Amino acid sequence: MRHLFPRTTWFAILILAAVAALLPVLNLCFPDGHLLHISGYAMGIVAKFMCYALAALALDLVWGYTGILSLGHGVFFALGAYAHGMYLMRAIGHDGVYQSNLPDFMVFLDWKTYPWYWSMTDSFLYCMALVILVPGILAFIFGFFAFRSRIKGVYFSIITQAMTYAFMLLFFRNDTGFGGNNGFTDFKRLLGFSLTSPATKAVLFLITLFFLLGALVLCRWIVTSKLGRVLQGVRDSESRLMFIGYNPLWFKLFVWTLSAVLCSIAGALYVPQVGIINPSEMSPANSIEMVIWAAVGGRGTLLGPIIGAFTVNGLKSWFTAAFPDLWLYALGLLFILVTLFMQQGMLGVLGKFKKTKEAA
Amino acid sequence: MSYVMSGVLRPGQQYSSATGDQGVSYQRIKQAGVDTTHGAILYLEDIVVSFDGFKAINHLNLDISVGELRCIIGPNGAGKTTMMDVITGKTKPSSGSAFFGQTMDLTKMNEVEIAHAGIGRKFQRPTVFEQHSVFENLELAMKMDKCVVTTLFARLNSEQRDKIAVVLALIRLHDQGRRPAGLLSHGQKQWLEIGMLLIQEPQLILLDEPVAGMSDAETARTAELLNELRGKHSIMVVEHDMGFVTEIAQQGKVTVLHEGSVLAEGTMQQVQVDERVIEVYLGR
Repeated sequence: MRHLFPRTTWFAILILAAVAALLPVLNLCFPDGHLLHISGYAMGIVAKFMCYALAALALDLVWGYTGILSLGHGVFFALGAYAHGMYLMRAIGHDGVYQSNLPDFMVFLDWKTYPWYWSMTDSFLYCMALVILVPGILAFIFGFFAFRSRIKGVYFSIITQAMTYAFMLLFFRNDTGFGGNNGFTDFKRLLGFSLTSPATKAVLFLITLFFLLGALVLCRWIVTSKLGRVLQGVRDSESRLMFIGYNPLWFKLFVWTLSAVLCSIAGALYVPQVGIINPSEMSPANSIEMVIWAAVGGRGTLLGPIIGAFTVNGLKSWFTAAFPDLWLYALGLLFILVTLFMQQGMLGVLGKFKKTKEAA
Repeated sequence: MSYVMSGVLRPGQQYSSATGDQGVSYQRIKQAGVDTTHGAILYLEDIVVSFDGFKAINHLNLDISVGELRCIIGPNGAGKTTMMDVITGKTKPSSGSAFFGQTMDLTKMNEVEIAHAGIGRKFQRPTVFEQHSVFENLELAMKMDKCVVTTLFARLNSEQRDKIAVVLALIRLHDQGRRPAGLLSHGQKQWLEIGMLLIQEPQLILLDEPVAGMSDAETARTAELLNELRGKHSIMVVEHDMGFVTEIAQQGKVTVLHEGSVLAEGTMQQVQVDERVIEVYLGR
């Protein structure tokens, strides 16, 4: 594991992780108004960004390394969030507005019982299994047919876009049984712990950090293995790969499914901390935004997309507060500038800077 | 039939590189599936490939003996590359049969299966993994189980490293192992691609214009390399460069393709004086 990253990179990662881990401690140990106090709001933002970073990391595995551009990863993110959301809705119990056994939106639709696909969702473990299995199986089936038909490049991207759009329309319908356009919200507790308590938030924050770090190490291990070199071979010269005896189908399918599952985990971590999931998360624009995170940070680097997710979302938070109307223009401009002037993203610029310094 | 069985490497037999490293050699592993009892490794019979009515290959018959180095020449559009596509499974023929050894029906196999069966192919334009180092290119190509799980956990052992070193020496890139393949010269990329074929330990090697775009010195070196490989693998070379073909064909058979079928077959001297060949290709 020590050899996965260069020593200085390991240092930087561990220091950043330690700083992040300190945030919930500062939040809990120092009272409101104290100089060292970190507000729950700030912590929530960082937690949200970490979820986005995990999604961007997952995307980098397929886009940066394997050359498969997905414009529909939002669907996996949202499915993970919905799968966890089902448990959270069940955990509300009788504390909803209508104080019924059923979630408020079902009462509103005048449903008397849960539909069949909600069965067993009161079990946390079952819902966690759904977080892995539903996007995993969807990605596997979708990927199998797409890759077997040798659909590549922009055609594949368009199909992923269509897929997330189709799911968005499906989830917008009230009859689908996932709360229509309001989605799931108003969560109360997770495994008996109140979601509003600072301690629960701190633990969720740390779990998210742990998953982000774990996923980073896992992805790094994969891309530095021989399999990682085969994946890059898929990106650079797929026909050569076939003629030396690798079947690209299974390699693509492996990385595509893994990426979908990682993205889904990001969604599952997102939902209790942000407190809402609705179908707009599946809108094509959201998936494209994920691609921009990866592109801005530097694709094909794993660390880049994480940095990109924090940077772009940090900008977004500031922009949408300061100039709410201009954000989409700024995002578009950012994407154009990155495409034209820094194709390797922020990490690429950093690398170039280092090289010129060494040369001087 | 005029093939020489004794020159062909047998299972477990080794050969060492010409450029030093006498102690190390890479082993040939028997291709379990290839049955070459009748002396031929490839049979193409009455192959037709048509693209929207245009017959790129028109009732082509060809067979290659074990250990033979066969040169295929022919003008542009004669169907040389299409024939290689048929052999490697990239294109399915409209009719006809293609057999590898006595039993393997190539028309029913895909590219990956054919590669594992023991047919290696070099493309017209050099295709190597430019982002990977020369060493990693050979590592990826090396003959072994190539499914997802084994690939994920694969680590090179010292024997495999030695194999790579032998091939590096053979293709004259022994001091370039760590260099990204994208930085190699055109000729070096061609050699690397040949090296990637060799380390797959194929029974039959297909080379599509191996000296296209090479300097004279590189062409001479490639001829030298092919002469070293002669008899150890069955090799099919498609080439335009007549000097190069004369150099490597020696007394072996040369096949002239024209409009998708065989126009003439014989030694280089024989086909060079053939009236029809002169008309369509050599002469003006």
